Amino acid sequence: MTKRPWFRKTQEDPARESRVNTAQVPTDVAAKCPNRECGQILLQKELEKDFKVCKKCGYHFRLTAQERVAQLLDESSFTPFEFDLRTDDPLNFPGYRDKLARHQQRTGMIEAVLAGRGSILGHAVAISITDYHFMAGTMNSVVGETISRTLEEAFAAGLPVVLVSGSGGGARMEESILSLMQMAKTSAAMARFHGAGLLSICLLTDSTMAGIFASWASLGDVILAEPGAVIGFTGERVAAKVQTEREPDNFRSAEFNFEHGMIDRVTPRSQLRETIGKLLSVNSLRGGVPG
Amino acid sequence: MRTVLAFEKPIHDVEIKILELRRLQEEGGPDVSAQLAEAEEGLRRVQTGIYANLQPWDKVLMARHPDRPYTLDYIEGLTGDSFVEMHGDRCFGDDPAIVGGMAAFRKRPVMIIGHQKARDLKGRQYRNFGSARPEGYRKAIRLMKLAEKLQIPLVTFIDTPAADCSVASESRGISGAIASSMYCMSELTIPVVVVIIGEGGSGGAIGIGVGNYVMMLEHSVYSVIPPEGCAAILWKDNSLADRAAEALRLTAQDGLSLNVVDEILEEPLGGAHRDPRAMIVSTGHAIHSALDKLSKLLPSELKEQRYRKFRSMGRYAP
Repeated sequence: MTKRPWFRKTQEDPARESRVNTAQVPTDVAAKCPNRECGQILLQKELEKDFKVCKKCGYHFRLTAQERVAQLLDESSFTPFEFDLRTDDPLNFPGYRDKLARHQQRTGMIEAVLAGRGSILGHAVAISITDYHFMAGTMNSVVGETISRTLEEAFAAGLPVVLVSGSGGGARMEESILSLMQMAKTSAAMARFHGAGLLSICLLTDSTMAGIFASWASLGDVILAEPGAVIGFTGERVAAKVQTEREPDNFRSAEFNFEHGMIDRVTPRSQLRETIGKLLSVNSLRGGVPG
Repeated sequence: MRTVLAFEKPIHDVEIKILELRRLQEEGGPDVSAQLAEAEEGLRRVQTGIYANLQPWDKVLMARHPDRPYTLDYIEGLTGDSFVEMHGDRCFGDDPAIVGGMAAFRKRPVMIIGHQKARDLKGRQYRNFGSARPEGYRKAIRLMKLAEKLQIPLVTFIDTPAADCSVASESRGISGAIASSMYCMSELTIPVVVVIIGEGGSGGAIGIGVGNYVMMLEHSVYSVIPPEGCAAILWKDNSLADRAAEALRLTAQDGLSLNVVDEILEEPLGGAHRDPRAMIVSTGHAIHSALDKLSKLLPSELKEQRYRKFRSMGRYAP
C-alpha cells in the first residue's frame, strides 16, 4: 500500500484567486476549463449538454441568469416580472454610469438580477437570479428592490420561492449606503415572506459573498450550493489586508460552509432540478397550499 | 496625551498659545489679558471655520477618534449603575466587541446593545477593535428576543469598522449571524432606536441597525465599504481615501438626505471627543424623545413602521 505524502504539499499553494484562470473565456467552438489544475479543452456542444460542467474535473462554469432559467425551470415556463426598475446613479458616483452602460451592453441585461415566475418539475415558483456577469452580481437599489418584490409576488400568489445567488461583491459600492440598506430591506422581506408559511430555497452559486451571503442568501429555509462555489463573508484580497493567519485549503467554498453547517447540501448542477423538484413536491402535499 | 488630527492642528496651536498666556498671567508676568482675549476669540473663529467645513475624510478621522465616547461611556452616562451587562450567545462564547444588557433609562426599562471599542492596546485586542464575531450578533439576537418578550424598548449603538473576517468567524457563520440579526430586528414589536456614534462599517453596522428611528452623530460615518478599500478598488491606491470618502457619501448629512437616517445629533464644537459629557447628555435627550414618540405606537404598528421604513430604502428610476 502506498501512502500519500500527506505531510508534504505536492505543489506550491497557488494564490486562490489564480485557481481559476479567467483569461480563458469560452469561444464558439471550444472552451478551456478555467480550473488551473485541469485546463481540459471542452467542446461547446458537449459542455452545454453537461450543464456547463467540466467532464474531467467537475468545475462548474458560471452561468448567466438566462442559462440558469433554461437549466432549472421547465421549458418555456418562465415569465419575467415586469417591475420596470432602472438604475439611476443616485450618488453620482465616479464612473458608475459608464460601467453600467458597459455591462448592459455586454450582458444584454438592464441590471444584475432576473426575476419571474416559472415551474420546476411542474411545481410553480417565483424565482430571482443574480448574475455574476453583470457587475459581479452585486446588490444595489434595483437588485434589492427586485428581490423584495419577488418575495412579495410569491407571498401574494402563495408560491414557494427560489433565490439563486451569483454575487461576487456583495452590496454594490457605487450606491454605498443605499446598497447597504438593501441588506436590511431584503432580510425584512424574507422575514415577512416566512410569516406566510411558504417555502424558500436559496441556491448559492459562484460567487456568493459579503452583503449577499450576509442577508437573503443565508435566510432560506433550505440552502443549497453548487460544488466549488466561492462562498464567504470577506473576499480574499480584503481579508489578506486585515488577517495574517493561514487559511484552510478549502476556505471560502461551498464545501467549507457545508462542513461548518452553514448550508444543507452541496449539489452538483446536474442534480439541482431533481433536488429542488423533490422539495417542492413534498411541499405541495401540504393542505391548501397551491403548487 | 491627546490625539491631534491633521485638520485640528490650527486649533491645537492656538490652544497651546492660550495655555502659555495663562501660565504667564498666573506667574504674575506682564499683563497679557488683551492678548488672551484675542487668542480665545481667535480659537472660536478657527474652530467654527474648521468644523463648519469638514471634509468627508476629516469626518472619517473624527468618527475613528480614540477619545470619542464609546458605547459603554453612553451606557454609564445615561443609565448610571442600573445597567446589568449580559454575556454569551448560549451556543459558543461571548464576544466583547458587542456589549449588551438591561438598564433603567430615565425610569424606563430598556435593552441596550452596542459595538464596543477600547482605547489602550490590550483593550483594543480584547474588544477586537470593535469588529464583532458571530457570537456577538447571536448574543444581540438573544437580547433582542428577551426585550421582545418583556416588551421593553431596544436601543442600539453602532460603532464598528466592520464585522470580524477571521477564519474562526467565517467557520462559525458570520454572514448568517448578521443576516439573522437583521431578520430578527425587522420582526420586533417593540420600539427600536439606533444611534450611530462613530463608525458605521458596512454589514457589521447594519447587523444591529434596523430601527424605527435612526440617528447619527454629526461627525459619524456610515458606508458600505471603508474609504481605503473603495480607493483601492477604484483607483488601485489606498492613499486616495479622501477622494473615496467623498464619493461614498458617508456623512450624517448624506445619510439624512438619502432617507437612511432620521436625525442628526449635533456634536459639541470640535467634536464629541472634546466634550464627551455634553455629547452623552444630548444623546440621552434625543433617545428619550424618540422613545416617547415611538411608545405611542401599538406593537403591530411598530413592526409595520420599521418594515415600511427599510422597505422603501433605495433610489431608482422611474
